[in-house]
Amino acid sequence: MSEPSQSATTLFEKVWRRHLVQNQTTEAPAILYIDLQLLHEVTSPQAFDELKRRGLKVCRPDRCLATIDHSTPTTPPDSQGVRHYHTPEAKAQVDMLHVNCADNGIELHSWDSPNRGIVHVMGPEMGATQPGMTIVCGDSHTATHGAFGALAFGIGTTEVGHVMATQCLLQSQPETLGIRIEGDLQPGVTAKDVILHVIGAIGVDGGTGSVIEYFGSTIRAMDMESRMTVCNMSIECGARAGMVAPDDTTFEYLKGRPMAPRGEAWEAAVEDWSTLKTDPGATYDRLLEIDGSKIEPSITWGINPGMVIAIDQAIPAGDSATNRDALDYMQLEGGKQLAGEPVNVVFIGSCTNSRIRDLREAASILKNRKIAEGTRVLIVAGSEATRKQAEAEGLDRVFIEAGAEWREPGCSMCLAMNGDSANPGDLVVSTSNRNFKGRQGRGVRTILASPLTAAASAITGCVTNPREFMEAGA
Amino acid sequence: MSHSGIVESRTFNLPVDNIDTDQIIPGLFLTTTERDGLGKFCFYSWRFDEHGEERAENPLRNWDPDTQQILVAGSNFGCGSSREHAPWALLDYGFKAVISSRFADIFRNNALKNGLLPVQVDDRVAEFLLANPGHPVRIEISSNTLTVDGLGAFEFPLDPFSAYCLTRGIDQLDFILEHEQEISRYEQQHGK
Repeated sequence: MSEPSQSATTLFEKVWRRHLVQNQTTEAPAILYIDLQLLHEVTSPQAFDELKRRGLKVCRPDRCLATIDHSTPTTPPDSQGVRHYHTPEAKAQVDMLHVNCADNGIELHSWDSPNRGIVHVMGPEMGATQPGMTIVCGDSHTATHGAFGALAFGIGTTEVGHVMATQCLLQSQPETLGIRIEGDLQPGVTAKDVILHVIGAIGVDGGTGSVIEYFGSTIRAMDMESRMTVCNMSIECGARAGMVAPDDTTFEYLKGRPMAPRGEAWEAAVEDWSTLKTDPGATYDRLLEIDGSKIEPSITWGINPGMVIAIDQAIPAGDSATNRDALDYMQLEGGKQLAGEPVNVVFIGSCTNSRIRDLREAASILKNRKIAEGTRVLIVAGSEATRKQAEAEGLDRVFIEAGAEWREPGCSMCLAMNGDSANPGDLVVSTSNRNFKGRQGRGVRTILASPLTAAASAITGCVTNPREFMEAGA
Repeated sequence: MSHSGIVESRTFNLPVDNIDTDQIIPGLFLTTTERDGLGKFCFYSWRFDEHGEERAENPLRNWDPDTQQILVAGSNFGCGSSREHAPWALLDYGFKAVISSRFADIFRNNALKNGLLPVQVDDRVAEFLLANPGHPVRIEISSNTLTVDGLGAFEFPLDPFSAYCLTRGIDQLDFILEHEQEISRYEQQHGK
């Protein structure tokens, strides 16, 4: 509980201080103002119920934005226009969000909206996510929005209710972890490989209690989609949030988006946003330095996102109970190559990797090629806007001609709660964020990978280094 | 509803590191719109096979809910998603506290909001408890103390505000609502 000083501060501290309604004391946490709450059908019903029980209303519906994404089918409606949910409960959950949003005057992007999408894809696309904001959602991948220099983190349903009722949260100030990544990425190496490499380096709990700021030339060179991929997986090393200081790349992305400021307000906003960066001389509680030029295409081999290897590296030996458990579940042998292992399903989607850049990368490998026989490939755009863009570029044709399923937007097989799941024992190469046991279906073995690696593996039907399909010099 | 402030029971061990929220309650069961009755889904895939039959290797087979209300787990308990369904399921299943050498942030937060105590201990205490299944322990909120029979008493980290709210039955939302004026003033000053 250090005193606020006028000295050099980090990006996180700047955003934190701007939102203090009341400072943290020895007795109570800070009261932090929340600029935007994103809502979806899974973690909101019990919060709306609690407000109703207390006779409270959502206090700032204008600071809420809702979508349906987790429980929703990714198959198109039937000829009668009926959507077939996996279970009646899934449909009831979506129906309940409709009622709750209507009752409270909250903007909901449902089936009829051209913006509907995975909550962490839709927010940025609509320009709702802006630098310097505090953003929360009942979803741990809310860290995604930190790519814009927002302080964005996942909360539980009780806290969703707190924000609905007061637009505030009780928060203790987290520590800061600076992660500096320098150098040009090698061909075939994407933002996904970078973040997998980082999590592999610091471990699945290496960020616990911290907000990460990613910086350095590798991050600066990234477009917004890539920065979102990096920030998205901050939670997979236990961090509360991940942030990148806003710059011209950020402003360029936001300009003209429906909810972004316009005209004079835009100029003023950019001037303000430009101040959101870590001052020279400011220090992080911890600092990690990574040589971006040495990162290889990376994949997971085990049962948590910290179990990472470079794709041509051998699987680690089963020298601990955790590793033995992982090898046993994954039906893999320590010391052997994971590349070449037969793949049953490839999933390209999720809030980590379902944006237009991800789809273009996948298409760059799938174009004029056929998916291996016996391998099922699902490609699920992150939002209706992304789907439309992909279709305008003809990417859907590339996918379908290669033999993939081109699905409607949603979380889909990332957490497999909408019926999109693999079969027991299947090995799935997935561009999503979690390889926990049973995450993509009971007994399903998940390998996390980039869209390039996923697409290359789809073609060969086994875990494959994407460089095998990349033109020299690409 | 306030917490009695003391949990006294024998422990039950799940000696696995990184028990994630998908293990505590699989995503498939998140289509509920209720917060009650989720105990039947707790550790579902560990307890049941795909036909809903109990698995022979169910690690919770010998758990006695009447005498073992404190779960001892490996490090980094509750990593993964923000689903509050995880503490809801653990509480409904019958656990009142979890002891681990490390907790994931969001899980810890969610647990405390619901009166499930996350008791973080150093490696030595964790190793002792993991080596001694069914050991009698006592947790006292007012002094942040875990007393382990035959080993000693250990302070565990618990922010004073959470402890205060738990034992006095203070509702955190009511606490924020008491600051309505400060919130309005902030909104005016900052053009929100």
